Amino acid sequence: MDLNIAAQLNSFLAAFVLLTAFGMLVQRRMFGLVHLFMWQGLFLSINTAIVGFVAGKHHLYISSVLTLSLKVILLPYILHVLIRRLKVHKEVEVVENIPMTMLMGIALVIFSYYLMSPVSQLSTLVTRSTLAVALATVMIGLLMMITRKHAITQIIGFLAMENGLFFAATSATYGMPLVVELGVALDILIAAFIFGIFFFHINTAFDSLDVDQMARLKEED
Amino acid sequence: MKLYKFVIEFLQIAILLGIAPAFTGWVRMLKCWSQGRTSAGLFQPYRDIVKLFSKDVLLADNASWIFRFTPYLVFGTAVLAGGIIPMLSLELPIASTADVIVLVALFAIARFFTALAGMDIGTAFGGMGSSREMTIASLAEPAMLMAIFTVSLASKSTSLSEMVHVIYSGQSILRPSLAFALFAFILIALAETGRIPVDNPATHLELTMIHEAMILEYSGRHLALIEWANMMKLFLFVMLGAAVFAPWGIAQTGDLAAIFAAFLIMLLKLATVGIVLVIIETGLAKMRIFRMTEFLGSAFLLATLGMLSFFILE
Amino acid sequence: MTVTPIGIVSSAILLLFLSVLLASLLKNRQSLLINVSFIMASVSSLLGIAGGVWAVGGAFTIKLILPLGLPDLPFHLRIDPLAGFFITVICLLSFFVSVYSIGYIKGYLGRRPVTRLVIFYNLFLAGMLMVVLADDALFFLISWEVMAAASYFLVMFEDERIENRRAAFLYMIVAHVGAIAILLSFGVMAGLATGFESFNGYTFDAMREAQLPLSWATAAFLLAFFGFAAKAGVVPLHVWLPEAHPVAPSNVSALMSGVMLKTAIYGMVRVTFDLIGTYPWWWGAIVLILGLISAVLGVLYALMQNDLKRLLAYSSVENVGIILIGIGASMIFTSFQMPLLAALALIAGLYHTMNHAMFKGLLFMGAGSVLHATNERNMEQMGGLIHRMPWTAALFLIGCVSISALPPFNGFVSEWLMFQAFLLSPALPSPLLKLLIPLGAALLALTGALAAACFVKAFGVTFLGHWRGHHMPRVHEANWPMRTGMILAALTCLVLGVLPTFFIDWMDIIPEQLVGTKISASSGVYGWLWLAPVARERASYSGTIVFIGILLVVVAVYLILHVKPGAIHRAPIWDCGFGKLNQRMQYSATAFSMPLRRIFGFLFIIRERVKLSPRGLYTAVPKRLNYYLRVRDRSWGWLYRPIVEFSFWVSRQVGRLQQGRIQAYLIYSFITIIVLLVLSK
Repeated sequence: MDLNIAAQLNSFLAAFVLLTAFGMLVQRRMFGLVHLFMWQGLFLSINTAIVGFVAGKHHLYISSVLTLSLKVILLPYILHVLIRRLKVHKEVEVVENIPMTMLMGIALVIFSYYLMSPVSQLSTLVTRSTLAVALATVMIGLLMMITRKHAITQIIGFLAMENGLFFAATSATYGMPLVVELGVALDILIAAFIFGIFFFHINTAFDSLDVDQMARLKEED
Repeated sequence: MKLYKFVIEFLQIAILLGIAPAFTGWVRMLKCWSQGRTSAGLFQPYRDIVKLFSKDVLLADNASWIFRFTPYLVFGTAVLAGGIIPMLSLELPIASTADVIVLVALFAIARFFTALAGMDIGTAFGGMGSSREMTIASLAEPAMLMAIFTVSLASKSTSLSEMVHVIYSGQSILRPSLAFALFAFILIALAETGRIPVDNPATHLELTMIHEAMILEYSGRHLALIEWANMMKLFLFVMLGAAVFAPWGIAQTGDLAAIFAAFLIMLLKLATVGIVLVIIETGLAKMRIFRMTEFLGSAFLLATLGMLSFFILE
Repeated sequence: MTVTPIGIVSSAILLLFLSVLLASLLKNRQSLLINVSFIMASVSSLLGIAGGVWAVGGAFTIKLILPLGLPDLPFHLRIDPLAGFFITVICLLSFFVSVYSIGYIKGYLGRRPVTRLVIFYNLFLAGMLMVVLADDALFFLISWEVMAAASYFLVMFEDERIENRRAAFLYMIVAHVGAIAILLSFGVMAGLATGFESFNGYTFDAMREAQLPLSWATAAFLLAFFGFAAKAGVVPLHVWLPEAHPVAPSNVSALMSGVMLKTAIYGMVRVTFDLIGTYPWWWGAIVLILGLISAVLGVLYALMQNDLKRLLAYSSVENVGIILIGIGASMIFTSFQMPLLAALALIAGLYHTMNHAMFKGLLFMGAGSVLHATNERNMEQMGGLIHRMPWTAALFLIGCVSISALPPFNGFVSEWLMFQAFLLSPALPSPLLKLLIPLGAALLALTGALAAACFVKAFGVTFLGHWRGHHMPRVHEANWPMRTGMILAALTCLVLGVLPTFFIDWMDIIPEQLVGTKISASSGVYGWLWLAPVARERASYSGTIVFIGILLVVVAVYLILHVKPGAIHRAPIWDCGFGKLNQRMQYSATAFSMPLRRIFGFLFIIRERVKLSPRGLYTAVPKRLNYYLRVRDRSWGWLYRPIVEFSFWVSRQVGRLQQGRIQAYLIYSFITIIVLLVLSK
């Protein structure tokens, strides 16, 4: 494959990762969110494979497959099950002022570009331009966790953040060492399980998955 | 040679006038089929226009000259816009009259007067339509210009012929900025041409209509001109999108064979866009008017992301 | 004595002063007074136009030192292309408005004496011209005060109403706070130019020569910008505009909005580009951002108004914002050493200055005609005026189309130029600005589209539909002098829109002197026909062809359709079979802006109440419905109220000093003297 085309594909996929991040920021429906997360994982996994091919780093193929199986198949499946079990699949989350959230997202993208432009000027990698997108994805994930109230969206926001970190690692240094990646993958898997268990507890304790309910835990004076 | 270019210019305007109703007919036909109805055929819009032209005009008592002038102006701007957008050939003598920004403003002037005409009679519907139309337009226009700016950043020009040139000669088609801009453009085009989910061109239900509410009081040749101009507007948006995002086929030289080929490819593009449009329209429901901010906000977001990815990724 | 541009302009000013003198003599012959002094004002405006056009066209820079003023501090006058341009703008509009005033002021005959109005009108014009001619801080500030004081008395003209007095007072306060800031700014520059001991630094020449350290230059710029922004009505210093403009007589509002705000723009351009000269990019960013905020908020506030003249006043805030966008962009480009782009943005800003003067003058004159005819400013009570006032309606419509930035009129040209400048911003070296400036273009587009909505509302509710009030008064068309003034302004709007290349080539000398290059707007085979500011491949626009093209198609279609005379039947509106439609069933101004009020509601303080009085048993059929709506500016709450409260608090604290005993006051004086003596040792 031509290096130029690979670079273009890489940035194209980066754009789609960013798009899915924005999509998650404004998506109201639970299943819609899970699907968007799936797509993001897919783009990420393809991107990793391409980077692996271009850079000749074969361990990236493994992380690509890992991403595919974990973030496109396993985690969405767990989330699906979770949503069904918790009977929240029909819930439509109230999202306050979507245009404002979008504008904040745009501001974050600009900010990350501003932060990353000196770094990407120094770097010589094919993937250097996607660094800003990766950082923006992390920040948008965080923004999503801030603006949303539902526990399921919180975990998806968290996972999206992790996607952004993974993406950043791929584009900054052609991926982390394989051991680290395996460890992180395992961590995420376990985190997802723990989250799931917690949700059941939250649901039984508060009869709701709205994290605003947590405010009730505060001691009254 | 100079004269020849003008011939092409006139040919293009003639095609605009001639084919725009057929395109609307094609969309309606597909829609009928997709809903399991029998269609009235590709040529029904022509019959409608001819019928309206032969009818007398019935004016409200207090209609002023603005009401009577608007149809001509709306028609005039549509025809002028047709002379600017490259459909068949890039060598249009009056194309340099106006760049994309002027083109957007030409549509805006038609809208401005239509909205005034809606308020002229003094019925509640007309005012409601005008108010909604101007609201939607004021949100759509920034998004539209953002989408266009993204393309013009890539082509370093706002002149349409030049944009087409650059995209033609570009080494790659994989430009995320253009993809985003295209998505944004589709959303905006739906809003600007009054299609579902923004407005329903087939409804005359009091509370949902927007564009139809403004032209409710028109009749006879005035209505014919407005309807025709409306069909041309839909056609022109398709052509604008095709010229900016998929210019393949537009003749770069003036020879006859190339122009004929361009014509055939144009028909092909129209047919495809019609199918896509019908899929969108059948798949979506009309939105509440205050959901429009989110719809157009997404268009703006996409256009802005396109622009950002131009700087970040390209 | 040879004739020079500065001589012509000075004679115009002298003529205005003469007219002031004459007015006090003709006090008892009111009708003659109006004719004589407004004709004199028109003549002096024509003189001013001649001088201004000549000064720009011939690229003159002429100085004149008057033997007036304080001892050893004579007044300096100077005309250069920048001043010439603003003189042209001022005099062009003042010519139209003076012609208009001959008819408009006659409406006051028999109701109240107009001598005061005439005197201050002429003084006001003279003050504006003097501001632009001034070449030293002293004369500038004196002229500035003449202008401010004259306009204060003009706003106060109908002083029996409390709202007029309050508006004038507010205007006075803001004008003076601004003037103090300008004074301090000049003080900083003059002090650093020649040291604080000497007074020679008060000429602009000395300030031009001075090399200011960045910190002091910044202080001078910020002070001057604050002062001029207060006059220009930049958000959040705009609050006096929507109060003062509606209550002033309409010819005065036309001048205040059309050209007085522009003297503040002149001041900004003079201080930044000419007197200070070099500056960091963030100065430009401040101007640009405040411009964007003013533009968007101004037009949104305008949309919410139901008072025609208030709407126009808020729209002036918007347009000043647009001008500042051009100037701010130009400053950014200048500080990055990109003269061509700076010239383009500066031209866009200045061209919009001229355009806004023309169409806003026209719109205020039109609003004045409506006011003159109906005695009504509230749009909710108007409607259907197009049938009674066809001339005013058509001319007002031209103003609306121009201000909504629609081709082929002039508002579009400046907006188009500004978009072109914005689109060239990727050439900037700073990554942050590269991304942010195109977003500014989106805001500019939003402003343009909202302005269109706003003026559809203004025109549609005022002139179209049926009369909304209870009784239609005996509405009459504007008289001929008024019509002439408006026709001239409307024609200027068209000419500026259709033939922009002539005017841009004419004023190209200004950026050449200020930022170092011209833009040579016309290029290509046909030259003047196409406006192509950067390169022909980049973008081109021909207002002429757009205008002729639309006209041709419209006429052709009209003729084709009227070969066979088709019948037009008139009938009442179809009322769906219910009872007769009445004028109360029309869409109102409040209803028109409702969707946008909901979308952008977070920018305002909106109080909305609906009260239903049910009719007996049938709660679903209310007997009557009260709707209460109040939309307020947020800046009152977070900026002005704290200041007002703070000043009251300070006054109360200071009030404690007031003892009433003479000994206490003597102690204060004594302490002051001691402190001063200690300090000066």
